[in-house]
Amino acid sequence: MISKAGRLTSHGWMAAVFVFLYLPIVALIVFSFNASPMVTNWGGFSLRWYAALMDDREIIDGFKLSLRIAFSTGCSSVVLGTLAALTLHRFKRFPGRTLFAGMVNSPLVMPEVIIGLSLLLMLVSLQRLLGFPERGFSTIWLGHTLLGMAYATVVVLSRLQEMSPSLEEAAQDLGALPLQVFFLVTLPMISQAIASAWLLTFTLSLDDVVISAFLNGPGSTTMPITIFSRARLGLSPSVNTVATLTVVVVSIGVLAASVFMSRAEKKRALEMAAAYRKTD
Amino acid sequence: MATATLSVTSIHTKLIGAWGRNVVIAIPMVFLLAVFLLPFLVVFKISLSEMDTVFFKDVFSLRDDVVVMTLKFGNYFSLTQDSLYINAYLSSIKIAAITTLVCLGIAYPFAYFMARSPADRRPALLMLVMLPFWTSFLLRVYAWKMLLADNGVFNNAALAMGLIAEPVKMMNTPFSLVLGMVYTYVPFMILPLYANLVKMDLRLLEAALDLGATPWQAFWRITVPLSKSGIIAGSMLVFIPCVGEFVIPELLGGPETLMIGHVLWDEFFSNNDWPMAASVAVVMVGLIIIPLAFFNKYQAESTGGRP
Repeated sequence: MISKAGRLTSHGWMAAVFVFLYLPIVALIVFSFNASPMVTNWGGFSLRWYAALMDDREIIDGFKLSLRIAFSTGCSSVVLGTLAALTLHRFKRFPGRTLFAGMVNSPLVMPEVIIGLSLLLMLVSLQRLLGFPERGFSTIWLGHTLLGMAYATVVVLSRLQEMSPSLEEAAQDLGALPLQVFFLVTLPMISQAIASAWLLTFTLSLDDVVISAFLNGPGSTTMPITIFSRARLGLSPSVNTVATLTVVVVSIGVLAASVFMSRAEKKRALEMAAAYRKTD
Repeated sequence: MATATLSVTSIHTKLIGAWGRNVVIAIPMVFLLAVFLLPFLVVFKISLSEMDTVFFKDVFSLRDDVVVMTLKFGNYFSLTQDSLYINAYLSSIKIAAITTLVCLGIAYPFAYFMARSPADRRPALLMLVMLPFWTSFLLRVYAWKMLLADNGVFNNAALAMGLIAEPVKMMNTPFSLVLGMVYTYVPFMILPLYANLVKMDLRLLEAALDLGATPWQAFWRITVPLSKSGIIAGSMLVFIPCVGEFVIPELLGGPETLMIGHVLWDEFFSNNDWPMAASVAVVMVGLIIIPLAFFNKYQAESTGGRP
């Protein structure tokens, strides 16, 4: 039914968008191997900026801190996000549901300067009142968790919605307690969604500049803050090397995760089919 | 005996069920109230307070054993008086609107073609759209700086090929800013549109064609109206964060593209005027509250809440 011209337009359009999406990433990688300190003037292949990165204390310390924050954010966001997704999916009526849904979804689009500023002003007021918390690791973690929870909720909720309720009902009918149903039936079924939510919130936290800039304290400069301040000043070879390493690690991670998940999915589908055959 | 045990278990189950339900709701609810809603109230309060030498004064003070409330609307007054703020708000809305339209123009055909491509190819295409999203957004914005600079990759290549005699100024212009914004936000437009278009019942189109509609008519009168909710969701996902965007204008924008996120940042970090920064934030929330309500309504519908 689709004409030849139609197919040409469709392929051409999609190809153009993919070039648009990937060109900057390719350029970052290519020029990270540039020998010249002038980032965009090609001066031959070299690994000197990678060697320089090894001695860049600012970046390395920032990276360690960012990793710790991102790891904690992934865990806390997934727990809160799963609870929020269960709430939205299971309990259609409770006082404050509209407010609840609004508060879960708003951080997805709320400009980060507003999230950062409002959290900071509250924390400062709290600090004046109680003497804590000090700004640093924990306050950045709190801010990232607010954002991460919203994303985790969306991911887990979409999985809950496509899940058939019959398995949980069966477990309940067979006498499983609510907690047993959750840990033995629901949790295994949403475990993949939880894993991808964890990865997503981990990367979001690892990438965040604005919330961290508001909530950081002395001695808690994350890697994105360092990169942002360097990028603001101009082009810097160190930023290219960090970018390349990130892209490589993320691509491998995402590819491995998706292969692993699609295998697990197939295995589960086979098991389900086998289970249904036995009941026939 | 057996029935007695059973009823005890079921009462037990019900009790745990009710208790468990409340705990499941309460944990995220309390977190959001404390970390999302309360901070907004604090910002609102501080926006009405006065700046002391190093710190803002509390709105409430104790004078002669009486709690006195001092409200200062001066911050809001200066927002309406100073053209700096008004221009920043207007240009933020303008840039966010242009970005949204360009994203829609790129993403709609893309999502449409993706949704109509063979089913076995769609997961790979989806993954290709998502992959850049997983790599650092900050670094990808920086990459455009590298490509567009006066001595950047594009200018160098064009000079070497003799296409231009001298570098074309692209960086720090409205062009580079909108390009960077579109680049960052276009996946947020593609995903809801794709999710919507892929679910569409193609028999409706066949019916329209059978009844004599041209493909264009069928597209405009069936496909587009049916994808309305995807268009709204995508547009809100792009427009709202763009209004308050800070990092992209900071890296790719220029003197002509002052945006409100930058003004807020400056009031806070450079001028240390926290009440003023809070007022700027309150007005910004006021600007995005209507699109935000639209977005929340769409999300509530897609998450199966009662309207």
